[in-house]
Amino acid sequence: MRWGNILSIEFNALADAAGGLALRVSLFITCYNDTLFPETGKSVVKVLERLGHTVEFPAGQTCCGQMHYNTGYQAEAMPLVQRFVDQFRDAEAVVVPSSSCVTMMKDHYPKMAEEIGDAKLMADVDALLPRVFEFSEFLTRRLGLEDVGAYYPHRVTYHASCHGLRNLGLGDGPQRLLRAVRGIELVDLEGLEQCCGFGGTFAVKNADVSSAMLAEKTTAVLNTGAEVCTACDNSCLMHIQGGLHRQRAGVKTVHLAEILAGEETVRR
Amino acid sequence: MGSEAITAISASARAEVLRRIRLAKGGTSDANAARTGWSNVVRQYRRETAQAASATLEMFEDRLRDYDAHVERVVPAEVAGAVAKMIAGRGKRRMVIPSGLPAEWLPPGLEFVVDDGMSAVELDAFDGVMTGSTVAIAETGTVVLQNAAGQGRRAITLVPDYHLCVVNAADVVETVPEAMERLRATSGLATTFFSGPSATADIEMTRIKGVHGPRHLDVVLMT
Amino acid sequence: MSGVALDPKTAAAFPIAARTALGDTQMRKNVRHATEVIQAKRARVVAEMPDWQQLREAGKQIRQHTMEHLDYYLQEFEANCTRAGGVVHWARDAEEARRIVVELVKASGSDEVIKIKSMTTEEIQLNAALERAGVHAYETDLAELIIQLGEDQPSHIVVPALHKNRQQIREIFKRRMNLPELGETPQDLADAARMFLREKFLRVKTGVSGANFLIAETGGVCIVESEGNGRMCLTLPETLITIAGIDKVVPRFEDLEVLLQLLPRSATGERMNPYNSIWTGVREGDGPQTFHVVLMDNARTEILADKDGRNTLNCIRCGACLNVCPVYRQTGGQAYGSVYAGPIGAILTPQLQEMHHAESLPFASSLCGACYEVCPVKINIPEVLIHLRGKVVQQKTAGVSGLFDVEAVAMKAMGMIFKSERRFRAAQRLGRMSETPLVRKDGQGVGWISWLPGMLGGWTQVRDLQEMPKETFRDWWEKRGKHGK
Ligand code: SF4
Repeated sequence: MRWGNILSIEFNALADAAGGLALRVSLFITCYNDTLFPETGKSVVKVLERLGHTVEFPAGQTCCGQMHYNTGYQAEAMPLVQRFVDQFRDAEAVVVPSSSCVTMMKDHYPKMAEEIGDAKLMADVDALLPRVFEFSEFLTRRLGLEDVGAYYPHRVTYHASCHGLRNLGLGDGPQRLLRAVRGIELVDLEGLEQCCGFGGTFAVKNADVSSAMLAEKTTAVLNTGAEVCTACDNSCLMHIQGGLHRQRAGVKTVHLAEILAGEETVRR
Repeated sequence: MGSEAITAISASARAEVLRRIRLAKGGTSDANAARTGWSNVVRQYRRETAQAASATLEMFEDRLRDYDAHVERVVPAEVAGAVAKMIAGRGKRRMVIPSGLPAEWLPPGLEFVVDDGMSAVELDAFDGVMTGSTVAIAETGTVVLQNAAGQGRRAITLVPDYHLCVVNAADVVETVPEAMERLRATSGLATTFFSGPSATADIEMTRIKGVHGPRHLDVVLMT
Repeated sequence: MSGVALDPKTAAAFPIAARTALGDTQMRKNVRHATEVIQAKRARVVAEMPDWQQLREAGKQIRQHTMEHLDYYLQEFEANCTRAGGVVHWARDAEEARRIVVELVKASGSDEVIKIKSMTTEEIQLNAALERAGVHAYETDLAELIIQLGEDQPSHIVVPALHKNRQQIREIFKRRMNLPELGETPQDLADAARMFLREKFLRVKTGVSGANFLIAETGGVCIVESEGNGRMCLTLPETLITIAGIDKVVPRFEDLEVLLQLLPRSATGERMNPYNSIWTGVREGDGPQTFHVVLMDNARTEILADKDGRNTLNCIRCGACLNVCPVYRQTGGQAYGSVYAGPIGAILTPQLQEMHHAESLPFASSLCGACYEVCPVKINIPEVLIHLRGKVVQQKTAGVSGLFDVEAVAMKAMGMIFKSERRFRAAQRLGRMSETPLVRKDGQGVGWISWLPGMLGGWTQVRDLQEMPKETFRDWWEKRGKHGK
């Protein structure tokens, strides 16, 4: 009870200090989080609301087009650019709990709009993209926060997804957020820059190589002695979790948002 | 097929390849367009040294020692003495030298034979070679030789197993761009950059010194 | 693999070849070790350069600029090289290049040649062509010698024998050089190679080389190497034949100040490689008195014509992208079915085949982006991979056969689904229903799938898949709205 009150006051103050007023945040959940990882979306909502922001969910959203685009079905991905712009045009900020989907938009949407040859769409994309943030990036860069008031008493290791690391340049932002979590024991993962081997349809088309890459990653995870492996991307985590579960390794994977949403149960 | 046949292939291939290139990039290029485009290349890398000459010399010596070369810094009058010491230290005696190497660098009591276009087999019979140099690069520990007086043709610094090189401190620059700038006027001469003795890492990435080129390198740095 | 040249036209698809490679534990250990060592060395010497990013940018711009004026620079090179006493030949394709080289070797009056490591000659399988014409080629680079004597194939563009360890190399040398007492330290092995080749260097009258850079401004050629075998081949023979792709030209001598910084640090992790040779035509009394250059297209103009694939030609063959690639790390190079392995191979090989072969290679990547990060001339390899995937899909789905391609049909159907929120929701429900028969509950009541049919079976080979949750996020969100929050 006391905690809750103190925390919410504290966090509103923090949010004010960082970005001034509370923001109207539009959540782009992404197709696979929507379908397979609803808990991640709920956690994003919880964290953002706890920080005093309003969350909106444009109902017409579906998919960013990444799987199609990266697998060679670029034509199928094209209409999704317009769809995204239509859904999020008026957003103050768009938050996406997936580093690879944000990469898809930032790295490819401008070029795709150009290829479609629609000047209006190109302008819209250019205007919208600076307001699109990967979830951890939104917290650290847009809001300037590290401590979001989370409590998570577990031994955790962080996996840097390739797109977050290289394309978005998230740097140590996610680790800084994690270090500020109360109760957490954060352990470094060896071979942080090494891909887990997911790569979308790569995991299926080149299943053997992908498995070999995964084996190195799960070994590194197990070597940390962590009980939880986290990341900014559920696609890597689904892959790592799939391998760990098959080994009955007793380590689970959890999206960063779910850790940051953690609270002590003594509230109210 | 004789040489006329390959001349014929080559001529038609030339026309065809150039045609394909122009088609691929949508037009023919000329000297003017190339010159303009080239000068628009953004070059924000270091092109000048930012350190004192003494620091550059130290860096050069340091990098050479990294390559296991022996280095001795001496004033001009002491070159012959340093040369004598180094050659003796390596247990060598019979050295080939290019024409034009300053006579005052050569100590008495050793055999120096001026190259007069010897065969590779003859060169192979020498203990070593001694030359001057054109330019040296401190940052990479590189010495550059050109076919000029005191440096000679390429084969003489290649076949013998030991190379003793005299480098003038005034010729030592810090960076690669500075060296290229100095080499530009004579860029048409046969040029060899060497950085340490020949080496390979082809076996398990273990660096091994000395494969086909000289296996031992000494440098006399003349200040 | 032994003895059979890596030819993209006949090679197995990457996933199949990779499966074989993954079974070779010795090779995998050797590759892991070698790539880790080079990566660490590279990282160290790159970190000490305060202007590395500026050099990369300049490198990229120089290469791009060269391609924009390729016709001009090739002619300039030709004119300057000819003026200096060289003879320049042109070849449309591998077949013409081979014919020209064979003829030039014969004209030199030699039935042996000494060779410097050259990926271009590997690309056109020159040695086999020489052999057919009765000419024996001695590879003089240590790694190439190991490959040649071991009747093996290269697995890396800079360190072709990195898949072999010292014991394996010793076995090859013992047998082929007839040295029963050969020791097994790298030094022993290098000494054996020195002895073996020395006599060839001093005897053979014709040399064959590739080129790292052709300098348009001067007509000069630059070769970068470590062992001195290159200098031997460039200096001692009477005739030298250099064969280079048309992409190897650089505008001016001065441009080497960028490329000679980028290449060694990226390739072998050295500040500068032991030897760079630059020579211009023929010089009386110094080196070969007959010098030929063969400028070869072999599909490079085809690559130039594709504006999204063109950057591939900017490659300076440093191999850094191979060393850092997590796929290459697992499979080594031979699985790529081409002398060009790793990320650069995955984009270069299919394009050199004019997209008629090696269609599996653009998919042999998880798009992790590590290659782009290290590339000294900033080739965005993942982007080119995606572009080539598009081309492969276009070829595959053109015409009637596309209608029966399982993947294409599924992808197109999903494309339709994502175009409508209503259809997307229906698909989410359908997905939950259709997976039900495959789900098994664990002790915690969580459902897992351990077997999937068809193509998706690749996933469940070593991974489980958690069942779909009962409620999607958007269902939850709507319910929440109805309950007043
Ligand atoms: S693509 Fe880039 S990193 Fe790869 S070999 Fe070529 S230059 Fe080097």
